[in-house]
Amino acid sequence: MNHSISLTVNGARREFVLDDPRVTLLDLLRERLHLTGTKKGCDRGQCGACTILVDGKRINSCLALAISHDGANIVTIEGVARGDQLHPVQAAFIAHDGFQCGFCTPGQIMSAIGMMREAQAGSDPERIRECMSGNLCRCGAYAGIVDAVLEAQAGMDESNQRRSA
Amino acid sequence: MKPFDYVRPATVAEAVAAAAQPGATYLAAGTNLLDLMKGGVSRPDRLVDLTHLEGLDAIERLADGGLRIGALVSNADLAHDPEFAKSYPVVAEALLSGASAQLRNAATVGGNLLQRTRCAYFYDTASRCNKRDAGSGCDARGGENRTHAVLGWSENCIATHPSDFCVPLVALGAIVEIEGKNGRREIALDELHRLPGDTPERDSALEHGDLIVAVRLPPAARGFAAHARYLKVRERTSYAFAMVSAAAALRIENGKISEARLALGGVAAKPWRARAAEDVLRGVAPTADVFQEAAWRALTDAKPSGDNAFKIALARRIVVRALTLAAAGTPARMPALPASPFASTSGAIHA
Repeated sequence: MNHSISLTVNGARREFVLDDPRVTLLDLLRERLHLTGTKKGCDRGQCGACTILVDGKRINSCLALAISHDGANIVTIEGVARGDQLHPVQAAFIAHDGFQCGFCTPGQIMSAIGMMREAQAGSDPERIRECMSGNLCRCGAYAGIVDAVLEAQAGMDESNQRRSA
Repeated sequence: MKPFDYVRPATVAEAVAAAAQPGATYLAAGTNLLDLMKGGVSRPDRLVDLTHLEGLDAIERLADGGLRIGALVSNADLAHDPEFAKSYPVVAEALLSGASAQLRNAATVGGNLLQRTRCAYFYDTASRCNKRDAGSGCDARGGENRTHAVLGWSENCIATHPSDFCVPLVALGAIVEIEGKNGRREIALDELHRLPGDTPERDSALEHGDLIVAVRLPPAARGFAAHARYLKVRERTSYAFAMVSAAAALRIENGKISEARLALGGVAAKPWRARAAEDVLRGVAPTADVFQEAAWRALTDAKPSGDNAFKIALARRIVVRALTLAAAGTPARMPALPASPFASTSGAIHA
């Protein structure tokens, strides 16, 4: 039986017909929309490489059935820059060498963006490590990742202050 | 993954009707179920998707002082609800010590209760497992079993229940509201999970098609907010299941414990309420000696199911330390590493 769903992906509304309900959001993004920035690492919710924002919250797209997310608003790594202007978290990852091979990086960045929206970590490196523990980096770039997130967080705090001043 | 048919009911009544057929199971966030389906451990014929149902995602303060948590509230939304975290800090701390931020954003209250064991032999379909395949045997009993149960296990199954959330909930006397084919009923959370006995394939007291719609905390649960801690030992500091955990909640009046609640996680097929230990604590001053006595009582019936005798000693120490931390007072702020004995703000003397 075919199922029709609609999703907003990186700001554009998309309609899909699913001939099989087994399709995950991860596979839909990669195979149907060719948005291959979102990575399939473990495919079992353990590594975080597939992290995306769904209705503003970071989740593992490998453990989310597309059909169950009919109507959802999705942001992937492809949707965070504005043209050539990188998202501040992307820029901070480059500035701090927050990656080596780069495979986990889209998930790390989406997780960091989600974490900053959750506002639970602030500028405490211990909290950042705890709040980012769902993203594994086999290259071990964690020190750079924490520094990048700290800088991005500081930049966001500063721009919020400017806005409220 | 085995093919399944997908239905999306509009009401709880439709959901219960749709789940009545054999082979049907409920889908909430799917963080555990999809993982099990990908591994061929769960092979449902039909998924009944609950995520679009109205009215199951509220946190309601009840007139009697209790709290009702809808089954579809996410673990993260519950833990970060300011009023909830203030009134039930031990539950919030347990929630935040579980899984990862991504999983907590998706995973639901009802799903957390019904998550399956993380026993590696249950997950490995090439192994014998009485829980996955009734009557096939238990390869965990003679296998790698240092993380397995030390309380309430049987020769048929030595798996543990992995939830952190359930541990303080069972300590605080939580009640589970269930919608079934014969209407609404409720049971104590302590009665929800079953010990394995001869039927480890049945995790819970639920009948086929039963749907958990809410979890309720009774009015008395609020009384422990000032002295309540969850402590969890795991093989890495974050994003790991408990080797052993303990939820300790005390009411202290005029220097004496007027009431105590204690439960253990990671030690049995259910969150383990330690009532005998609670009895020892009632009416006495909170001292190291009485905490040691309580820890001894909590583990009186424990026995190793394999290479895990160390868990019994570990559990006693964790109980003492959780009680010590609880007596010292709930911290004003959530520790940077929730429930971790290595948190820089864990505070307590080493037990």
